Amino acid sequence: MRIECPQCGARDVREFTYLGAAVLADRPDADATTEAWQDYVHLRDNPAGPHDELWHHAMGCSAWLRVRRNTLTHEILTVTMAQEDRT
Amino acid sequence: MRVREGSRIDAERVVRFSLNGKAVVGRKGDTLASALLANDQRLMGRSFKYHRPRGVVTAGSEEPNALFEIGTGAGQVPNVRGTVQEIFDGMVARSQNCWPSLERDALAINDLMSRFLSAGFYYKTFMWPQAFWEKLYEPIIRRAAGLGALSGDEPVGDFDKAWAHCDLLIIGGGPAGLMAALTAGRTGQRVLIADEDVRLGGRLDAESFELGGMASTDWAREAAAELDSLPNVRVMTRTTVTGAYDGRTFGAYERVSEHLASPPAGAPVGTFWRIVADRTLLAGGAHERMIAFPDNDRPGIMQASAVRSYLHRYGVAPGRKVAVFTNNDDGWRTVDDLQAAGVEVSALIDTRPDVEPGRDVRTVTGAQVVATRGRLGLESLDISKPGGGRQFISADCLAVSGGWNPSVHLTCHMNGRPIWRDDIAAFVPKPGAVPGLEAIGAANGAFSTHEALRAGADAAGGGEIPAAEDAPVNVTPFWHVTGVKGRQWLDLQNDVTVKDIKLAHQENFRSVEHMKRYTTLGMATDQGKLSNMGGLAVMAELTGQPIPSVGTTTFRPPYTPIPVAALAGRAHRAHFAPDRYTPSHQLSEERGASYVEAGLWHRAAWFPQGNETTWKQSADREVGWVRGAVGVCDVTTLGKIDVQGPGARDLLDLLYTGKMSTLKEGRVRYGLMLREDGFVMDDGTCARLGPDHYVITTTTAAAGEVMAYMDFCAQVLKPDLPVRFISTTEQWAQFAVAGPQSRALLEGLLDQGLNDDVLPFMGYLPVQIGDVAGRLFRISFSGELAYELAVPTRYGDALIRVLEDRAKALGGGLYGMEALNILRIEKGFITHSEIHGRVTADDIGFGRMVSPAKDCIGKVMSQRPGLHGAERQQLVGLRAKDGALKAGAHIFGQGKRASAENDQGYITSACTSPTLGHLALAFVVNGRARHGEQVVAHDGLHGTDIACEIVDPVFMDPDGEKMRG
Ligand SMILES: [Zn+2]
Repeated sequence: MRIECPQCGARDVREFTYLGAAVLADRPDADATTEAWQDYVHLRDNPAGPHDELWHHAMGCSAWLRVRRNTLTHEILTVTMAQEDRT
Repeated sequence: MRVREGSRIDAERVVRFSLNGKAVVGRKGDTLASALLANDQRLMGRSFKYHRPRGVVTAGSEEPNALFEIGTGAGQVPNVRGTVQEIFDGMVARSQNCWPSLERDALAINDLMSRFLSAGFYYKTFMWPQAFWEKLYEPIIRRAAGLGALSGDEPVGDFDKAWAHCDLLIIGGGPAGLMAALTAGRTGQRVLIADEDVRLGGRLDAESFELGGMASTDWAREAAAELDSLPNVRVMTRTTVTGAYDGRTFGAYERVSEHLASPPAGAPVGTFWRIVADRTLLAGGAHERMIAFPDNDRPGIMQASAVRSYLHRYGVAPGRKVAVFTNNDDGWRTVDDLQAAGVEVSALIDTRPDVEPGRDVRTVTGAQVVATRGRLGLESLDISKPGGGRQFISADCLAVSGGWNPSVHLTCHMNGRPIWRDDIAAFVPKPGAVPGLEAIGAANGAFSTHEALRAGADAAGGGEIPAAEDAPVNVTPFWHVTGVKGRQWLDLQNDVTVKDIKLAHQENFRSVEHMKRYTTLGMATDQGKLSNMGGLAVMAELTGQPIPSVGTTTFRPPYTPIPVAALAGRAHRAHFAPDRYTPSHQLSEERGASYVEAGLWHRAAWFPQGNETTWKQSADREVGWVRGAVGVCDVTTLGKIDVQGPGARDLLDLLYTGKMSTLKEGRVRYGLMLREDGFVMDDGTCARLGPDHYVITTTTAAAGEVMAYMDFCAQVLKPDLPVRFISTTEQWAQFAVAGPQSRALLEGLLDQGLNDDVLPFMGYLPVQIGDVAGRLFRISFSGELAYELAVPTRYGDALIRVLEDRAKALGGGLYGMEALNILRIEKGFITHSEIHGRVTADDIGFGRMVSPAKDCIGKVMSQRPGLHGAERQQLVGLRAKDGALKAGAHIFGQGKRASAENDQGYITSACTSPTLGHLALAFVVNGRARHGEQVVAHDGLHGTDIACEIVDPVFMDPDGEKMRG
């Protein structure tokens, strides 16, 4: 598998570390409900198809990346810096 | 028998090698198989299960039978295909699966017992009694069955791993691949063409075609020469593309020096390549199928195409009197080519009743081979005549053509299923099964040379192609003969017969994947390249379905076997992982230190002196120095992260449970980091060096994890914080100076006073050591008055020597990890033995360190019910009078049986202190309320039960008077 790091270009997957679903970027406030926290920490969708994920270019530029990957085919659809598109 | 010149043979150059200890002479360019056939040796090995005599069946990597061990001792390589191995002077080859000799094999008795060894035999015959399986059945089966043997020694020679990148990868250098490479290469694309054979050409030098007005072998040679001349084209021969992977990445194995008598210095045995290609053309050709008939496994029975390969490439006729058995027009070529070379053809047998081959040879159409004879090789065969009755045919070689199977394997590696085509009675690759890959030529079911050239040119942008034959194969499927007795072999490598498929069907293992596992069809090292189709066809007949409804089994990488050592490359032994050495490593070497590996680091564990013979003697002495005078220890391996910027305090507040934003400049604070699920991730210190400048430490083990997590927090959770940080673990050498004399040591070294006003406990002070700017932290991991002194790493070696000298003068010296461990257990300080991922802040008694005044990672989840309080296992100390405690022992109440339901906890760290006796840190249910209780530490591994008392985990100086000085 290859991931096109916006900073480094296309690199082999061995350079990257997988964290999990991109919803991990949406951390609840400290006073959010227990359910919200439970959802954030433990509950994940398991889509067969496109899936937004967070990857770390650990053996490269250390960037955290938002990767859209098709879980059925491993096709990488888009890659952006994790903080892009954050509002 | 060598009957003529071969396109690959240098007739002038003799090559001498040995087979089973006997000298054999071949010619340069021979494969092991062609050299043996040239010497009239048809018997090449014994079969896997029944030890039946077997000869070579193919002339390529799909060979199931002619497997050899090549080399001796540590260099011995098993399961080498004689059809692939090029001979070289001094090569040592041995037949496999035979004892005491190839000709007289003791285990050929298995063949007589075959009715007990039929499909699924090991699921039935040896099932009972169960206890016999491990001790009796399995060893016997393992000895009797199995292919070649490894030496068991450390392999000799290195393997390499390498990357290649190209615009267009072409797999296979036959007519389709060559034409594509020429077309693309001439347009300047970066082309990589890989072929598993020793040269490009594929079938072009195995047939007697005309191509572009010249012999096809000459055309191939010219094409290869042109590719060699193009700087943008990389030609890789002896290179098998073994797997298709995600991201347009392919695996390939290059045989670099397996065929050389004396490889160049430094050359690897082989190289495992990862090739990244924008586009890929699979031009891997096709494999000729066999036909199943009784005793169709005798040496001398082989693919018709292989007979032609041996004839044209090596000038070798595999027999003196050859019969041809075919179900398609392609097989007829074999008659022409043999006759042109002056080899007698005794019969042409075609299964089709309504064809007219028109060859000048005894021809029987609508006929089948129904019996063969010959003990160690074919002597004669019987055919059934169309109207009934049998006919005897004398032949020492039978060339069989059952049609062609496109080599779809790589297109199945990413879960693609091939598509059946009735017109060619074969599976072809599913388009798009591997992104970016297109199959062309015979691999795509286009079998004529013209079709292959056309497909190659078109796939590479189009263009002119030379004139070439365009004959149809005209195959009429014929899989196996019926109505006759005798075993008909489908899978020659795993000894699977038509009857075995019938048995699988009878026992309801009808799904193709069940059938495969029940019979082991296609599960040998050739992955059933020759046999799978036959098995599917038989199952289709039995179930009354068309072949595509039966399905296909899954082909997996590697396409052909590759040495595991090639996948490892040079990453073994010393190169398995990098070594990290501390700044004091040179001095530690001089002091005869023993080491402990901490991650990649080699840390000095103890420094033996005088007549000390055990680590404990040394460690106890070093502990005594720290408790009584002063010790010096390298703590560089702790992770150090330099955090700067106006947002540094906010980032640290988020990371740590404590409020680092209130830390004053020049002060240090102990900090705890949680994971978001509320469990402890790591601990360490946080020093504030300036208004927006912090240096934090992590444990040695978690340095990388913490750094990545900080990146996550800064980039993903708080992308607007103005903060930057960098790991400086390797930029700063850091040494602990610990013990009552530590202040005196440092005051002498730094030439300044270090009283509490200058540097209080948990304080930081920038210092000068001569001209070198350093950092001095007053922190203690031993419970003593202690400091950690950091200097740029290049001064580390000089500094540790000075520190050691000064420590010696004060009655101390160096201490290592073993002493450090005793010191910290005595003081109840935790490491990753305690914070092992399943404990909360409350479990280790630090619940109050989770600041109520702010949010932090893990705070909310740490407050969940069940993560704190009496129901949890809490950190305690254990003291034993009789016998040392051991980490891993479990805690039980006195008189309680050591069972899971009585389990009260477990020991995480233990030591025998030179002054305090047998100590341990442990987690015990509701442990903080149980100080004073007598329990038993049960160590099931060592078989010990040690009585001990639950105590406070801080065994010495509970109020910290010593370290506060
Ligand atoms: Zn990058």
